[in-house]
Amino acid sequence: MRKQHFIKNSVIIRNAKVYKNGELILQATADMSFSKFLKSIYKQQKLKYPKFFKMDGLSKLGYLGVEILTEGQIEDKETALIFANSASSLETDEAYADSMKEFPSPSLFVYTLPNIMLGEISIRHQLRSENAFFVSEEFDASLFIDYVKTLVQQGKCENVLCGWVNLHNNDYDVFLWEIATSGGTDFNEEELKKLYLPTHE
Amino acid sequence: MSRNYLLSDTIISPLGFTTEDNLKAIRSSESALKLHHNSRFFENGYYAGLIENKLIDENFKSIGDLKKYTKLEKLLILAIRQVLDPHPELDLSHTGLIISTTKGNIDQLGNEQFSSDRLYLWKMAEVVGEFFGFKNKPVVVSNACISGALAIKTANDLIESGRFSKAIVAGGDLVSNFVLSGFQSFQAISDEPCRPFSSDRKGVSLGEATAAILIGPDDSENTEKIEYIDAITTNDANHISGPSRTGEGLYKSISELLKRNKIEPGEIDYLSAHGTATIYNDEMEAIAFNRAGLGEVPLNSFKGYYGHTLGTSALIESILTKHGLLKNELFASLNFTGSGVSEELNIIQKNKEKELNLALKTASGFGGCNLAMLLKKVRV
Repeated sequence: MRKQHFIKNSVIIRNAKVYKNGELILQATADMSFSKFLKSIYKQQKLKYPKFFKMDGLSKLGYLGVEILTEGQIEDKETALIFANSASSLETDEAYADSMKEFPSPSLFVYTLPNIMLGEISIRHQLRSENAFFVSEEFDASLFIDYVKTLVQQGKCENVLCGWVNLHNNDYDVFLWEIATSGGTDFNEEELKKLYLPTHE
Repeated sequence: MSRNYLLSDTIISPLGFTTEDNLKAIRSSESALKLHHNSRFFENGYYAGLIENKLIDENFKSIGDLKKYTKLEKLLILAIRQVLDPHPELDLSHTGLIISTTKGNIDQLGNEQFSSDRLYLWKMAEVVGEFFGFKNKPVVVSNACISGALAIKTANDLIESGRFSKAIVAGGDLVSNFVLSGFQSFQAISDEPCRPFSSDRKGVSLGEATAAILIGPDDSENTEKIEYIDAITTNDANHISGPSRTGEGLYKSISELLKRNKIEPGEIDYLSAHGTATIYNDEMEAIAFNRAGLGEVPLNSFKGYYGHTLGTSALIESILTKHGLLKNELFASLNFTGSGVSEELNIIQKNKEKELNLALKTASGFGGCNLAMLLKKVRV
């Protein structure tokens, strides 16, 4: 029997703004740098997680997005993490390559894989669950749907936290959402695309 | 639900440009790991498995323009071509291309020979896909060192979802200064060819290789083939660059996989381990395998033959597992000198023949990721 899937909550971090379920919850000032913007989200959310300051930009985006999405609580520790982006870890790859000229930095090198973000989120929420990281040119709603639905149909999890977290040349685009077997919006391509690119923007 | 099988495959490595040549080299205990002096990060050189550019170009020049493709793209194209060639019936509008890589064309960072968008993994995959005329955009899996096996799982799951009717999984990574210096900065590189699970192991050796395999349903009758049974990934939730001391994630992936598929540890005939030859990784695996009741299962690591080929490693090892199962062969864990882990393991020390039916493949990687996959020989 096919189970129904629903989108529970969603978060967007884009153009110096943070939205939860379509509602603007934070807006940076026009001249704010990327790193200051991230710090301002951290402060506004009253987060206390010193590891945040060690993370690279990509992991910071993923961590912050998940905190806002889940209000810091993921009850089901089997919640799968299925993420994707376009630039992989290229932002940190370039920073690490710079360090190679002088002294290759192990603390940068460790972030030169995009799935490190999944490790950071798993550590924060103590999730020993399914992980996958994909790379596509643009947000690919159907890939998420096909992979996630199969995962749930196979009975490997009931809840899934999905994320498109992209960062390159200080340009960022974050879209996170939760999938569950009850409540909320239908989990289909049309709804997902609507949430990713709301028309009121 | 239709089952998926591991069909045609190829491995391109310093040990050979076909799976058959690779198997031949493994049967005669050859290793790709040689001393090289071409990196400014190693005063006394380093051991790695490298594929000569000259050899790649000799093979590539009859099928494509040498100047249009990067080294890794050529190697991926060569691998995929070998898998496609015997299957002219494959409809590329319904066949998926799934690319497994960790760093793609990272050797081109700072070079200007190719446009900078080739650094994007999706772009590299697109270039490779367009060479053959795949109609669907390639799916890129980039999940550290479990990528190769995760790409097989992805192929199975996306076929099951109806997205593709069959899929070609291709994996590739190079030994670049980027990766060499990074592992060196962790002091993780051995100054000798790596010795997985041995007491005198000193770290990893890196290797480069590509591999490709066709995954999908197969209705040919009266043949033995290798069925993809199931796979599970699990995060350690412990550390982003170090393995869990208790092997928690790997243990959980294995034990849940066995439980889900109602398999007892004793039914597993062969275990293809990750075995990178770092002190902590191999110890972690030994603990996880023992917790899962697999201490007596014949096990090897292929890293002594190839080095760690990153996003390709779990794919190559799955292909070798497939052939081992079909031919009832257990391959020795090359460079093993004597147990250097705290738990009992049944390391294969000599190539031997044995009736094999069910194999477990595992992999672990940075970011705390782990994967366990079951492959089974069936006669349909």
